Amino acid sequence: MSRPRSESEYLARLIPPSAAVGGLSRRGFLKGTLGAGAAVSLSSILAACGGGDDGGGSGSGSKEVTFGSNQSDPVPKKAYAEMTSMFQKSSGLTVKTNTVEHETFQENINNYLQGNPDDVFTWFAGYRMQFFASQGLAGDISDVWGGLSGMSEALKAASTGEDGKQYFVPLTTYPWGLFYRKSVWQEKGYQPPKTMDELVTLAKQMQKDGLVPIAFADKDGWPAMGTFDQLNLRINGYQFHIDLMAGKQAWDSPQVKKVFDTWRELLPYHQTDALGREWQEAARALQKKQAGMYLLGMFVGEQFPEDQRDDLDFFTFPEIDPAVGTGAIEAPIDGVMMRADPKNEDGAKQFLKFTGTAEAENVLLKTNNTVIGASTEADASNYTGLQKKAAEFIGSAESIAQFLDRDTRPDFASTVMIPGLQTFIKNPNDVDGLTKSLEKQKKSIFTS
Amino acid sequence: MTDLPTVPATPASAEAAPRRLGRRRRRSVQASGTDRVFLALMVGVPTLLVVGLVWLPAVATVILSFASWTGVGDLDTIKWIGTQNYVNVFTIYPPFKPALGHNLIWLAFLFVLPTCFGIFLAVLLDRELRGTRFYQTAFFLPVVLSLALIGFIWQLIYSRDQGLLNAVLNTQIDWYGDSRWNLWAVLVAAGWKHAGYIMLLYLAGLKGVDPSLREAAAVDGASPARTFFSVVFPVMRPINIIIIVVTVIEALRAFDIVWVINKGTNGLELISTLVTANVVGEASRIGFGSALATIMLAISLVFITIFLWTVMRGEQQ
Repeated sequence: MSRPRSESEYLARLIPPSAAVGGLSRRGFLKGTLGAGAAVSLSSILAACGGGDDGGGSGSGSKEVTFGSNQSDPVPKKAYAEMTSMFQKSSGLTVKTNTVEHETFQENINNYLQGNPDDVFTWFAGYRMQFFASQGLAGDISDVWGGLSGMSEALKAASTGEDGKQYFVPLTTYPWGLFYRKSVWQEKGYQPPKTMDELVTLAKQMQKDGLVPIAFADKDGWPAMGTFDQLNLRINGYQFHIDLMAGKQAWDSPQVKKVFDTWRELLPYHQTDALGREWQEAARALQKKQAGMYLLGMFVGEQFPEDQRDDLDFFTFPEIDPAVGTGAIEAPIDGVMMRADPKNEDGAKQFLKFTGTAEAENVLLKTNNTVIGASTEADASNYTGLQKKAAEFIGSAESIAQFLDRDTRPDFASTVMIPGLQTFIKNPNDVDGLTKSLEKQKKSIFTS
Repeated sequence: MTDLPTVPATPASAEAAPRRLGRRRRRSVQASGTDRVFLALMVGVPTLLVVGLVWLPAVATVILSFASWTGVGDLDTIKWIGTQNYVNVFTIYPPFKPALGHNLIWLAFLFVLPTCFGIFLAVLLDRELRGTRFYQTAFFLPVVLSLALIGFIWQLIYSRDQGLLNAVLNTQIDWYGDSRWNLWAVLVAAGWKHAGYIMLLYLAGLKGVDPSLREAAAVDGASPARTFFSVVFPVMRPINIIIIVVTVIEALRAFDIVWVINKGTNGLELISTLVTANVVGEASRIGFGSALATIMLAISLVFITIFLWTVMRGEQQ
């Protein structure tokens, strides 16, 4: 076999004899592929068009209200389904619920609201709600609020936009606090601390007893915001905290530095390696009696088996400055809003009015006992001991904050605060550098 | 001699071929009407898709990087702020420097370890040992898995309390959570996949090397290593370029595996994760994220330029 003398000779030799004669020509093969590809893409385009119409255009009658929900976990999903069916029976309208996975719903909220959102959708109170209201993406429901009862002034304030109109109807809420297992504390003889010094003493005692004093997890970035908020509320008060969230106070002010310095003193009593741990794992450490207490929302009960949830109790974050006291708490509120220009405005407002009643909240609370109803008229007779305590706790609070990522701009919370707090946990000694960086970034975002 | 079935070339076709080639260059291609429509569609539709889905968004990203926009509202809500985003990225954005460093470490690591290891495996497997099919399949299997899945799988090995590595080494290190180690842990997982990919590419290339070259080297008394470095490696130049390009692409494209682990925080920052965190979701810092993406584009352009220059220069020779 001689070597090929040219490129074409080399290529010609590569064709096996069986393929050289007759059969499918290259042209024919390509034509066939193009035809098949066109057929497939055409059918899929038609299907997509059809699907789009189904999703978007069916709310044209005045009999239907569309409802976008982020309650994707089975228990809340069932609860919301029962609530909407109750509304359908009493009003004669139909509610079409579109449930999207919880995290996905939040991540896509910008596109969702600017595209073709449902008439009513689930969301959170606080700045997060005001942000969209000020962009003109939410509908004014002040007239619905006129007919609601059982909502405290704090709830109304959390539902009001920057222009003084209401845009949000609260449904459920839950407090943040230091949760612990009653049985463990009774056994070891611990008492809930009332001041910071008592907390440190208790932590030292827990360490001697072989427990991790305070469980801690910050892999997702947001749990550490809870600790920051509680410390800021206790050291500097509710008004400073809200102003700081609104960008009106400086992050490198001595008040904020004091918060970080206090946190640094408490860090040795927290679980180590928090940046690799998710909150569910820390909650399980509490449940397995490895940790003494955990600063989290009432949803920590989700990680406890049903029969152990009675063992859960909580106390408010201890007082640090007697002049400030413990009147400020954190209780994020979940609820519903109406889109701007809904297809069925009357129906949407009827639905919103219904969700603000005690009956609607009672249906939701029947299945989910890790939250409590926002309205004071919600039926508390079926509440567990923990829920009763939570209701009384929230009802008697002087001021209610929503949580850092709901009280401030979402871009500041996720792109600045999450890395910033994680940097602090890794290196708590450089408070000056950290606060200076936070302030510079805050200025660049809030003035943009 | 060769293992490819060949058609014996006749002198007539060998003569006609160059003549036909020459004639084709001087006259334009005679295409019929349907052929022209066909050609237009075959070229036009992909071009349209590439321009519409790749080029136009890239240009829009570069333009938006000079603006501040929340993505909400009409185009007239865009505020043009010049190079302020770039100034912010380079001066006051703490995750940027680590992200840049990690991208460069990723590039260097992929070149030094998995690529060389993949080449080594390919050379070994080229010797047609017993069970070569099995080895090829075993090494190639990770390539089939997505990087996100690889992150999950290696979680079983890296888990702090239940992982294999800690059990074997008797340590308590949180491999994914400790920012001193997690980048290297992730690089090992990504390199595991990359080595198989490179191995397959190189093996395919090695099969095309003329055996007479190897025989000539053996006759001259060269050792296997010498044969490879002095004879085979230079002949594999086109494959080598492909390997380099693939490695650079995989390094700059790294995203899924770190996103799945911890959304690109705490020691696993990459520019791609920073772009996603800023643009996608509620953060919606379109202008800032676009500036980060443009920086990424600039870095990629450096490599693209080097590659094109090398290939063009090679073609001229």
